[in-house]
Amino acid sequence: MIEIITSNYAAAYAAKLSRVEVIAAYPITPQTSISEKLAELVDTGEMDAKYIKVESEHSAMAAVIGASYVGARTFTATSSQGLALMHENLIWAAGVNRPIVMPVAARALSGPWTIWSDHSDVISERDAGWMQFFCENNQETLDMTIMAYKIAEDREIMTPAMVIEDGFILSHTVEAVDMPSQEEVDDFLPPFDPEFKIDFKSEPRRYAGVLAPDWWQEHRYRRMLDMEHSKEKIVEVERDFERRFGRSYGGLVEFYRCDDADVALVIAGAPTGTAKDVVDEMRDRGKKVGLVKLRSFRPFPGEELVKLNDMVSMVGVFDKSYTMGQGGAFFQEIRNALYSPDGVPIKNYIGGLGGRDVTKKNIELIFEDLLSLSKKGKVDRIIDWVALKGGPRRWE
Amino acid sequence: MLRSYEDLPSTPVSLQSTEDIMTGNWRTMRPVIDEEKCIRCYICWKFCPDMSIEVEEADDFPTVNLDYCKGCGICANECPKDAIEMVREE
Ligand code: SF4
Ligand code: SF4
Repeated sequence: MIEIITSNYAAAYAAKLSRVEVIAAYPITPQTSISEKLAELVDTGEMDAKYIKVESEHSAMAAVIGASYVGARTFTATSSQGLALMHENLIWAAGVNRPIVMPVAARALSGPWTIWSDHSDVISERDAGWMQFFCENNQETLDMTIMAYKIAEDREIMTPAMVIEDGFILSHTVEAVDMPSQEEVDDFLPPFDPEFKIDFKSEPRRYAGVLAPDWWQEHRYRRMLDMEHSKEKIVEVERDFERRFGRSYGGLVEFYRCDDADVALVIAGAPTGTAKDVVDEMRDRGKKVGLVKLRSFRPFPGEELVKLNDMVSMVGVFDKSYTMGQGGAFFQEIRNALYSPDGVPIKNYIGGLGGRDVTKKNIELIFEDLLSLSKKGKVDRIIDWVALKGGPRRWE
Repeated sequence: MLRSYEDLPSTPVSLQSTEDIMTGNWRTMRPVIDEEKCIRCYICWKFCPDMSIEVEEADDFPTVNLDYCKGCGICANECPKDAIEMVREE
């Protein structure tokens, strides 16, 4: 059934279809309508779940960690300062293998005060041990949230997942979303069945007790393996999803019109849709441009991205965040993955910060820049800030 | 017995009872009870945070379970008769 809904409602309905059992959330713009919608669905009895009202995001994460320990499928959602407030519990959740799924309406971190979208909140949590999936549109938010449970709860993985939707641009924009039936989702997503769960009566155990230096390193190695296993599982779950629902997103990375391309731009989240339109238009004009949609940032798809070395002669990376003192996070890691003495030159474009629109014109100028640099065979400068007031005139 | 990272459970959880964890090997000082001075008030038993002071039968002298005693010295500090001496482990 087609519904005309925002990405936030898509996330809420995905939680309902996934038969989430415990929700703990604290409102924060632009995530609020996810938790509001779920409160309504629980209140009217349309959804059979416990809704825990908490005093902060830190508590929300603590509550879902506890609920997950007793074997409940858990959900929360947040943004920006709320995600930052969760920080220490995010690391706990991942360290103790709680497969929580959490949409994040990505928003810039303050100050000064801002409520608008960029990726600086989720990028700040790239080391928390969570899987991080970026969504292009509202349909992908719904589909990815459902798939995220299946990936996260796999006994080989047991790792929490953030489903990232750009604040306002997706979270508050309505689009047509194909809503699967409850029966179809039940058939795809079995109930959460962890190997260990808190059971005071028949099997009392100590969970997450102190781990001394003699085993900590081995514990971290196991969590590393969990994350590595997820790479295959993401692809496998998506194939199964495609077979049942007829929609597919290309695994960890989608190569869009990259065959025979001279240059490619790597991009994630909501600007991907805009960039695909630009690629189509430029291709119509005979320009050999391609797009790489980064769907999963954690796990990082280095093995897929390294193929760019043999595919194109110039790579651009668009970051909707900036790491002070170093550049864009996507850029740093992709340049790292592509590094080889004869690797392809690579350039970073920073834009869309704090809700600045990423326009078709911006993307077209990036492609023009990449095409002209590809003729020279090397980049002019490592980082360009797109459409910066007072910056180079070529962005006008 | 855990030998490799592969032996760890899939999620951080203890597979044995706390009784299997010999916290006594954290100890650098051991309590030694002088039965000449001890009046069997069992204040040491009451204060030991690790339940390592044991009294077998009523009126027995207290003994120290060195498998678990971490050597914190609380018992020696609380003893009203100075009957417990903390001795360095060799
Ligand atoms: S506190 Fe001192 S006197 Fe009392 S039982 Fe213990 S060792 Fe003996
Ligand atoms: S030294 Fe500490 S742990 Fe050991 S018996 Fe005395 S109070 Fe208990």
